[in-house]
Amino acid sequence: MNDDTSTAGPPTGPATARVILSAADIDRALTRIAHEILESNKGSSDLVLLGIPRRGYPLAQRIAEKIAATDPDFDPAASTGQLDVTMFRDDLRKNPARTPQPTRIPVQGIDGRTVVLVDDVLYSGRTVRAALDALVDVGRPRVVRLAVLVDRGHRELPIRADHVGKNLPTSSQEKVRVRLAETDPDPRAAEHADCVVIEAPARAAGA
Amino acid sequence: MRHLLSTKDLSYDEALTILDTADQMAAVGQRSVKKLPALRGRTVVNLFFEDSTRTRISFESAAKRLSADVLNFSAKGSSVSKGESLKDTAQTLAAMSADAVVIRHSASGSPQQLAESGWIDAAVVNAGDGTHEHPTQALLDAMTLRQHRARTEGRAGTRGLDLEGMHVVIVGDVLHSRVARSDLWLLTALGARVTFVAPPTLLPVGIADWPCEVVFSLDEALDPAPDAVMMLRVQRERMNAAFFPTAQEYAREWGLTPERVAALDAAGATTAIMHPGPMNRGLEISSAAADSPRSTVLDQVRNGVSVRMSVLYLLLSGDDLDTPSDPAHPQER
Repeated sequence: MNDDTSTAGPPTGPATARVILSAADIDRALTRIAHEILESNKGSSDLVLLGIPRRGYPLAQRIAEKIAATDPDFDPAASTGQLDVTMFRDDLRKNPARTPQPTRIPVQGIDGRTVVLVDDVLYSGRTVRAALDALVDVGRPRVVRLAVLVDRGHRELPIRADHVGKNLPTSSQEKVRVRLAETDPDPRAAEHADCVVIEAPARAAGA
Repeated sequence: MRHLLSTKDLSYDEALTILDTADQMAAVGQRSVKKLPALRGRTVVNLFFEDSTRTRISFESAAKRLSADVLNFSAKGSSVSKGESLKDTAQTLAAMSADAVVIRHSASGSPQQLAESGWIDAAVVNAGDGTHEHPTQALLDAMTLRQHRARTEGRAGTRGLDLEGMHVVIVGDVLHSRVARSDLWLLTALGARVTFVAPPTLLPVGIADWPCEVVFSLDEALDPAPDAVMMLRVQRERMNAAFFPTAQEYAREWGLTPERVAALDAAGATTAIMHPGPMNRGLEISSAAADSPRSTVLDQVRNGVSVRMSVLYLLLSGDDLDTPSDPAHPQER
């Protein structure tokens, strides 16, 4: 997801913000996703997790830790990476330039392996389209799958997620914010160290 | 940022954004597919009124790595030699719908003229104008210095790193050097301390007002050893007046001789040796210095492509901001 728009204050800030998933909910969802990934891949062989910056990367790391807890043969550090999609977006001409994030691909590469793309929120599907393009320039995986923490609907492209933490029907006026301890260190209550928040649009006075 | 005309206009944050983006562009050069689709369908015109090989090739390869179309225009063999004015040339290019114009011109201020006159709509990148500025050279020098700093301090990455506390000695023809000027503004904005070393005849009038130290003796400037010493090219094509008695005397007094390199080695200094190129070996820089492990000359060339990719990307993305975007998703997409 776009990281630059999700920098507003803590979830308790605007009166219209609702916490949808707490830290414990997120942890359970990631555990289930980890098991689903192992199940669909029939084990952890040739598995590579690539997070999309910024919040997809810590989520990929957490999923990798959970896979390693189940399957001791899985090396989380050697199988997790980050895939920057900034230069592959279709809206570069309409949006102010963003600083690209580093792309880190595991040393064994991705050729012939199962790549699971990990992102925080699936919305229009355009980020994932960009990620698929970026992946082509890195190598040729055997299979590409998509894992997201939240699917909020409103797809604009024929793209779907294979592993979803939570399906969240939203209005396109609302904003879905994912806050993680790694990427959003602003102070929050302990049970909301990681959380998913829905912010309703501020109503204009007199409207 | 609409144009890149001078490093004097660059804020600290803008400079770091360009450098951070350039770091990621550099990573593309390591991949098997050395191309990004960011500027697909855009046209970059290299408008070179002055001879240049490395800058033009560097811009050309930067634009091509971003998938832009590149038109090369050099004054020799063009209508300029028939007396066409800058305005007419620029408007011809605008009619070919250029999105960015990279201009090198012997007249200081011509990029600014091009950017502000309203002749053309494209983003203008200054690739060296007279004795005024050469901003992308300064940016690649800053990128090289930043890498040198990360290396000597044992840092993992350079993201967000500035040049706070670094000491850079710039030696040679400051009078004619646009590189020296651009470097001074950018390196000091990033926190570095700059010392100029030159014979008094090769210093510009008014240098006392610049935020730098001026020393006439190179040995004095190299003790204690700085973080980097940059040798400026002696521009033989501009040496129409007698600025120094002989080339031998210049090499002895202001050249980076093997003895001076040996002194740096003996002091155990981490000083990097930089040169914007092309080098006059045996004049401002000896072969011992140019080929020593301290030399960052080839890093500078490599970083040049990354920095120019970064500048073109940052100037050309988001330039449709005025056109209405999809009203359903004003922010998130």
